Amino acid sequence: MAGADGDDSLYPIAVLIDELRNEDVQLRLNSIKKLSTIALALGVERTRTELLPFLTDTIYDEDEVLLALAEQLGNFTVLVGGPEYVHCLLPPLESLATVEETVVRDKAVESLRKISQEHSPVDLEVHFEPLVKRLASGDWFTSRTSACGLFSVCYPRVSSTVKAEIRQHFRTLCSDDTPMVRRAAASKLGEFAKVLELDYVKTDIISLFTALASDEQDSVRLLAVEACVSIATLLPQEDLETLVMPTLRQAAEDKSWRVRYMVADKFSELQKAVGPEITKNDLVPAFQNLLKDCEAEVRAAAANKVKEFCENLPEDNREQIIMTHILPCVKELVSDTNQHVKSALASVIMGLSTILGKDNTIEHLLPLFLAQLKDECPEVRLNIISNLDCVNEVIGIRQLSQSLLPAIVELAEDAKWRVRLAIIEYMPLLAGQLGVEFFDEKLNTLCMAWLIDHVYAIREAATCNLMKLVEKFGAEWAQNTIVPKVLGMANDPNYLHRMTTLFCINALSEACGQEITTKQMLPVVLKMSNDQVANVRFNVAKSLQKIGPVLDSNALQTEVKPVLEKLASDTDMDVKYFAQEAISVLALA
Amino acid sequence: MMGDRPSPPRAMSSAATTSPSVDKVDGFSRKSVRKAKQKRSQSSSQFRSQGKPIELTPLPLLKDVPTPEQPELFLKKLQQCCTVFDFMDTLSDLKMKEYKRSTLNELVDYVTVSRGYLTEQAYPEVVKMVSHNIFRTLPPSDSNEFDPEEDEPTLEASWPHLQLVYEFFIRFLESQEFQPSIAKKYIDQKFVLQLLELFDSEDPRERDYLKTVLHRIYGKFLGLRAFIRKQINNIFLRFVYETEHFNGVAELLEILGSIINGFALPLKAEHKQFLVKVLIPLHTVRSLSLFHAQLAYCIVQFLEKDPTLTEPVIRGLLKFWPKTCSQKEVMFLGELEEILDVIEPTQFVKIQEPLFKQISRCVSSPHFQVAERALYYWNNEYIMSLIEENSSVILPIMFSSLYRISKEHWNPAIVALVYNVLKAFMEMNSTLFDELTATYKSDRQREKKKEKEREELWKKLEDLELKRGLRRDGIIPT
Repeated sequence: MAGADGDDSLYPIAVLIDELRNEDVQLRLNSIKKLSTIALALGVERTRTELLPFLTDTIYDEDEVLLALAEQLGNFTVLVGGPEYVHCLLPPLESLATVEETVVRDKAVESLRKISQEHSPVDLEVHFEPLVKRLASGDWFTSRTSACGLFSVCYPRVSSTVKAEIRQHFRTLCSDDTPMVRRAAASKLGEFAKVLELDYVKTDIISLFTALASDEQDSVRLLAVEACVSIATLLPQEDLETLVMPTLRQAAEDKSWRVRYMVADKFSELQKAVGPEITKNDLVPAFQNLLKDCEAEVRAAAANKVKEFCENLPEDNREQIIMTHILPCVKELVSDTNQHVKSALASVIMGLSTILGKDNTIEHLLPLFLAQLKDECPEVRLNIISNLDCVNEVIGIRQLSQSLLPAIVELAEDAKWRVRLAIIEYMPLLAGQLGVEFFDEKLNTLCMAWLIDHVYAIREAATCNLMKLVEKFGAEWAQNTIVPKVLGMANDPNYLHRMTTLFCINALSEACGQEITTKQMLPVVLKMSNDQVANVRFNVAKSLQKIGPVLDSNALQTEVKPVLEKLASDTDMDVKYFAQEAISVLALA
Repeated sequence: MMGDRPSPPRAMSSAATTSPSVDKVDGFSRKSVRKAKQKRSQSSSQFRSQGKPIELTPLPLLKDVPTPEQPELFLKKLQQCCTVFDFMDTLSDLKMKEYKRSTLNELVDYVTVSRGYLTEQAYPEVVKMVSHNIFRTLPPSDSNEFDPEEDEPTLEASWPHLQLVYEFFIRFLESQEFQPSIAKKYIDQKFVLQLLELFDSEDPRERDYLKTVLHRIYGKFLGLRAFIRKQINNIFLRFVYETEHFNGVAELLEILGSIINGFALPLKAEHKQFLVKVLIPLHTVRSLSLFHAQLAYCIVQFLEKDPTLTEPVIRGLLKFWPKTCSQKEVMFLGELEEILDVIEPTQFVKIQEPLFKQISRCVSSPHFQVAERALYYWNNEYIMSLIEENSSVILPIMFSSLYRISKEHWNPAIVALVYNVLKAFMEMNSTLFDELTATYKSDRQREKKKEKEREELWKKLEDLELKRGLRRDGIIPT
């Protein structure tokens, strides 16, 4: 009987291995993805003694297959017999951790990290840690790179002698000859620091951090900035000034914009890690400099952080710091020469109003919002409009509506369809904030104009927009303002516009309810079944299928059924197809 | 980024007749017309916001002072040229910019024609002046996703000065009086490292100058050669495995092409490793088309040096064979033909099976350019002779694809080419050809049967897994 250990006669290893060797990569990949099934068939013992050695020996394949293998092995502990035997998985994963392709290697490291947790402390020292050491002193950079990700998972659970060795290996890799390895070490510095004893953080980690932060390659230096966040979090406040701040100050003024960019990008995290005192004394001036940086990329990254930075300032003198130090820089950014900077700022600037309160908002921020609403770059205007809700809460939207309208109208007619698409998506939100009267008066025409846009994506979005508006303003409003216009388009000479009528009906019927659908929409749809253009006719069939559930059975039988039957014998095969589909879905056969 | 896409052209919206044949409003005519940029974009990261206007005291021309005083004046001029101007601000320091430009011009002429000017003190000053001007962090790319095939490169704004500095430096390196033994104190590893980073410049003019500079340095400083090769390795590895972004790959490969040419035999392990672990993986990069010609040249150089490398190279190419990108597949086929042009028959035999399995896949590609490129191999006399010698191995590999395409391919030109190939095979080895034709059907049936067996095996295995699962969850008893 096929017991817990598989069955030799049913599943000879040779057959399974043939599958793993199949000439077709896709088949090989499929087999590897089902490796657990194979292991299950073989049972734990034969998996350990036959399958794993085979995998270890024959690792030369397409990276895609290797990636799948690396992933599978991370979940293999049960299949080799539980934690007791988990170290059997190390040899194939070790080979995978040395291959060239980064994604494969990363996956192998991820799996190794996972199974490290399943090792007993003894096995960790006997099997796992030696593997880490071998990788750390490998010839080719790939194995050393992989080693960097493994130190932190074994460090907490080994004896103090082994700990000392691990620290030594990490130190060596931090000053490796190849920048690839130094980058890997730098990116794991923060994680490694977290598992070290505080004394070693102060000695070992700080010296490594300082060295990496002044590496000759900016790609290494910028990774040290990331580590800075974790390190600063670990150290007691009184040590920060001497151990971390000199390096951080230097990074904020690095000659490479990439490093400064990284500082700007991590600014909120840094701010939290160093605490309020250092923020006031050091980070505020540093932030000002980043907002005034000569490279637009850096200014944009800093501009993105304006709101978060201000929000997290210590409350006792937050307003004063913002008003005297930050706001002047922000004012300058509003008229920056680079559109990405302006648009980054526009995406967060509205958030300042909640922090500064009504009076300051009206006096200082409102002029900036208004200026940005008139910006030449559509993205800037769009970002302001999409964040109106923040201002709405503080000063109400009326203050802005005068300037808002021209901005919306201009965006609605922008030459780039993606801009038009974006503003459509904010329409329901705006409608809610501005109210139905304002909407009918000023915005309704725009919404209808989008229905005959020459880009399909816009017509589609406009249709969807109408549905959301009806959900907001109700069926009665729909009946009075939009349904007549939509139905009017059914007689348009352009077949694309006629189809838009159908698409609108599809979207609106449910929100409008049975009465409007039956009395006003259905006759139009039925009439369109005589259209000359086949595309319109088969969309009639599709629409009938869509609105069918909203109609009563009488209308279905007496009005819809004959029309669908006629369409089902149309000369065009697509029309026939969709008519038949509708008949069967609506159960009219 | 959102703003970067051109909007499709506006469609006519006034088609006003009801006749279906005329009622064609084409909303889909997407011509990818890219508006020509108003002006080429310029960028520069040299500016360190000094703010203050720069004042340089004009010096007399070198030719106007007595010869003994010239070296001293030369040094002073070098020092003045260390001053770097902001070219993004087109209005500032106009006079001084012009003064520096003419001084640099004078220096270029001076190092070209003068004799005895290169005192030992001049070396550090020259290197300092060059370093101050050319070494800088390159500015961020203008477009978010700079696509070298589509986008115009951003040009270096300070080029009026930078070009002259490069020109001067090359003349200096090429000067007859130039002594590498003195210069090596200043042109050191750190200098070379910074020089190599500049190859990422978007400005093709700058990369062209850098190519010459690096070539001269490689030629004259023997002590730096291994270091330069290693750093290029690092740049390539980072490019392949980390960023996929580096503008100067083609230029660096061009330099390497001539370096490989000069390698001594037998090749060192370091060089073979470079071929297998760096050059071959370069084929995987998305932007291969930008440097493929230079890369293929390097590969062929290696194989001409040492034919025993053929097998690892071809295996490497087969491993990285493009799966979805037909343009790249055509490039690979082109490179493979270049390799086959120089292959030794003994090497060919070693690699023919996997190679022709791939070629057989290419021949049956539904993309006719791929199929066509592969079928062109049969027009190559040398390749034909190799195929003929080994027809007993190659014919069985190719036969079923060719036979199938001759009946099924959608493109008549491909079918015609395949007929020619089949004809050639028939003439080569008619006995084998007849045999394969006769067994074609039964072979297909055998394949189908095997396929069925596979499916059954997996089904059984999955049933087993399911049962185990149920047993584990206690749904059916063990």
